[in-house]
Amino acid sequence: MNRATATQSLSVSFAVGLYGIAFGAAGIAAGFSILQTCLLSLLTFSGASQFAVVGVMGAGGTALSGIATASLLGIRNTLYGLRMAPILKVRGLKKVIAAQVTIDESTGVAIGQEALGIEAMRHGFWLTGFGVYILWNFFTLLGALGAQAMGNPSAWGLDAAVPAAFLGLVWPRLLGKFERALAVSSVICAIVLSPYIAAGLPIILTALLAVIFGWKVRR
Amino acid sequence: MSQLWIGVIGSSVALFILRYFGYLVPEKYLTNPRMLRINTLIPIALLSALVGVQTITDKGKWVIDQRLAGVLVALIALRFKAPYFVVVISAAVTSALIYRFK
Repeated sequence: MNRATATQSLSVSFAVGLYGIAFGAAGIAAGFSILQTCLLSLLTFSGASQFAVVGVMGAGGTALSGIATASLLGIRNTLYGLRMAPILKVRGLKKVIAAQVTIDESTGVAIGQEALGIEAMRHGFWLTGFGVYILWNFFTLLGALGAQAMGNPSAWGLDAAVPAAFLGLVWPRLLGKFERALAVSSVICAIVLSPYIAAGLPIILTALLAVIFGWKVRR
Repeated sequence: MSQLWIGVIGSSVALFILRYFGYLVPEKYLTNPRMLRINTLIPIALLSALVGVQTITDKGKWVIDQRLAGVLVALIALRFKAPYFVVVISAAVTSALIYRFK
């Protein structure tokens, strides 16, 4: 493996893996057990979707709204799979494993290696996929254990750390006025609807705003 | 089975299906420009909505408390291009201090 690909894969893995602490703590603050929080990282393994499950259900939403929100956020992983399938050319069990580590980062690093050839793309995908998987899960456990030891989430500011973690996830996506307008509309829409419909639904409904914004506007 | 367990297992199954599906379907079916554009916008809408709901509501009611101060500090940190950890921790510290002294 070439050095540039290896360095990039490992630094991305470490930077992203560390966020696992925030997720571990958020899971506990939302009322999930340590085992449940760790299983979300091991099995669901998609940061935004995991935060959505604990966020929606922690606020009193049903399992169905949690799963629906996580799935809407997870659709992009399907597109990553489409992109990676012809590059990886995997079959059988390897295809299952490739699917499980298909995330923003592994796909991103793989595509970033395009100039270095298809071998480098494959290496980047696997190294980043496994790197993030191992570190994300390790740090989730640390965060969950830490939050469990803390007790009252409000006393430690976890109640604000969770929305701040979401804000940090969405911030890099707000590239222009159009995206910011969608973000602000979604915030307002969800807050205004919250007292009137079941918890979780105000969040899912903002996906409709994304459809409306994306339907016609040319960018 | 409790709601939480259904959430954990259901989201795990859903995410795996979504991912595996990408490896099964020929690329041409899912790549029209409108679908791609909407797909990049969905996370913006949902994550923003989550920020709003978790900051200003509590159990279906509008509540203004220490969380809002924490998130505003996070917003300032992001504007100054602070790293993710500084953003999250500055929100936590702000909120914890206000909770402690209010």
